[in-house]
Amino acid sequence: MKNLLNQTAIAGIGQTEFSKFSGRSELQLALEASKAALDDAGLKPSDIDGTVTFTIDPNDELALMTNLGIHELRWTARTIGGGGGASATVQLAAAAVASGAANTVLVYRAFNERSGQRFGQPIGGYAGGVPGKDIHFSFGLDTPAKIYALWYQPYMAKYGVTNEDLADYVVTARQHAATNPRAWFYEKPITVEDHQKSRWIVEPVLRLLDCCQESDGGVALIVTSAERARDLRQRGVRVLAAAQSHTRNSDIMFNYYHEDLTVFDELPTISAQLWNQSGLGPKDIDVAMIYENFSPIVLMALEGHGFCGPGEAKDFIREGHIGLKGSLPVNTHGGLLGEGYIHGVNNLLEGVRQIRGTAANQIADAETVLVSASRSAVILGNL
Amino acid sequence: MRDQDLFWSGVDEGKLLFQKCRDCGTVRNPPGPMCPNCQSLNAAPHESNGRGTVCAWIISKHPTRPDENHRIVALIEMEDGVRMVSNLREIDFADVTPGLPVELFFAEVGGAMLPQFRPSASV
Repeated sequence: MKNLLNQTAIAGIGQTEFSKFSGRSELQLALEASKAALDDAGLKPSDIDGTVTFTIDPNDELALMTNLGIHELRWTARTIGGGGGASATVQLAAAAVASGAANTVLVYRAFNERSGQRFGQPIGGYAGGVPGKDIHFSFGLDTPAKIYALWYQPYMAKYGVTNEDLADYVVTARQHAATNPRAWFYEKPITVEDHQKSRWIVEPVLRLLDCCQESDGGVALIVTSAERARDLRQRGVRVLAAAQSHTRNSDIMFNYYHEDLTVFDELPTISAQLWNQSGLGPKDIDVAMIYENFSPIVLMALEGHGFCGPGEAKDFIREGHIGLKGSLPVNTHGGLLGEGYIHGVNNLLEGVRQIRGTAANQIADAETVLVSASRSAVILGNL
Repeated sequence: MRDQDLFWSGVDEGKLLFQKCRDCGTVRNPPGPMCPNCQSLNAAPHESNGRGTVCAWIISKHPTRPDENHRIVALIEMEDGVRMVSNLREIDFADVTPGLPVELFFAEVGGAMLPQFRPSASV
């Protein structure tokens, strides 16, 4: 099948600071990030005719367009689920542009996820029967840490991955954050010992430092045709591939019902789409951003995308492959646990910066960047 | 009306009930209105024998009100051919192993009756 998505490009990126207390409304964060992305691309609000965000984003499209000064929206779309849909935003925007449904699509994600409603706090009232009994919540699965840990535990048990093995990823990501001025944990690297001294959140899977941050902030990016992107202010970044995969018996959070619990079911299927669209394979990827709500997902994703074999990720990481000087630098901005948690859309911005050559931790000659949220992913490259 | 009402009505009677398709006989969990195997909307209650094995388990140390007692949360592979989330009791966390045979009992947790599991007596 002909790939039309690769006739599109990311022409601009913008963001606010990532903090624990933004002191302003979520809509303002979305607007500030959107305006920054427009300025980056050298575009005006009236050039935007489409938007994409998350289903659960608090910012209404019409409120955003009115405040920003967009004249007419011809395309709006929202991705399913949560962070798994982070890279699907680009697929939806690229599909709109490739089809002609819109010319220039603004992708935005903004929230006060630390100073406002925190994702990591328990959903109360389910331990007993009030306010309602539930087949998951009632048994104590009332935070994302617990919900996802029960899913990750069989993988770790099968391959003998210990919590200390996870520390190797976390230490690497925090090293990357330490030299990224945008990162919340800028200049705050940690050691394996620091990781192992952090308190258990969910035994035997997650300590505190395995968990992503809760952050306030906004990010935005602009997708348009590759042809148009050539004439804009920034060097455009081509969408080489963009895919989603959601397979039967899958669940965004309570993912306990697909056949083999020791694999992330969607990774082989989404990888097949990515390689098919782009003509590339795992060895052709220069840099990877991997959505990590919690550290174990990085190991499952490295294996599921084919960067190493089943059960090999812990050694792949220990051997230094994902560091800045490794064969596959991963989460060069520090990841969601090091830079900030803007639901994984900040990973897309880092992917763009790596292709442009403007990242804080720039990888020399980065020509192909995978930005994976496991259920959605894109490969970015040169225009 | 919720799709999981059958499950909880069973709990009220001290039974573990799953949905079983009246047309093709497939037992399913989590609950849902349609049989994913044959698309039938006709389901009957299927009472489980309460036997299964442990396929995943965690213990929460997050300092939250509902989990002050650090419940073991487990995913149980039931003999009925479905999985369900529940709690493991009457065993130390360190002693749980993959494939551990477990059996159902009912207990009050936080003021509500819940299906719970413990190591099988008859192994």
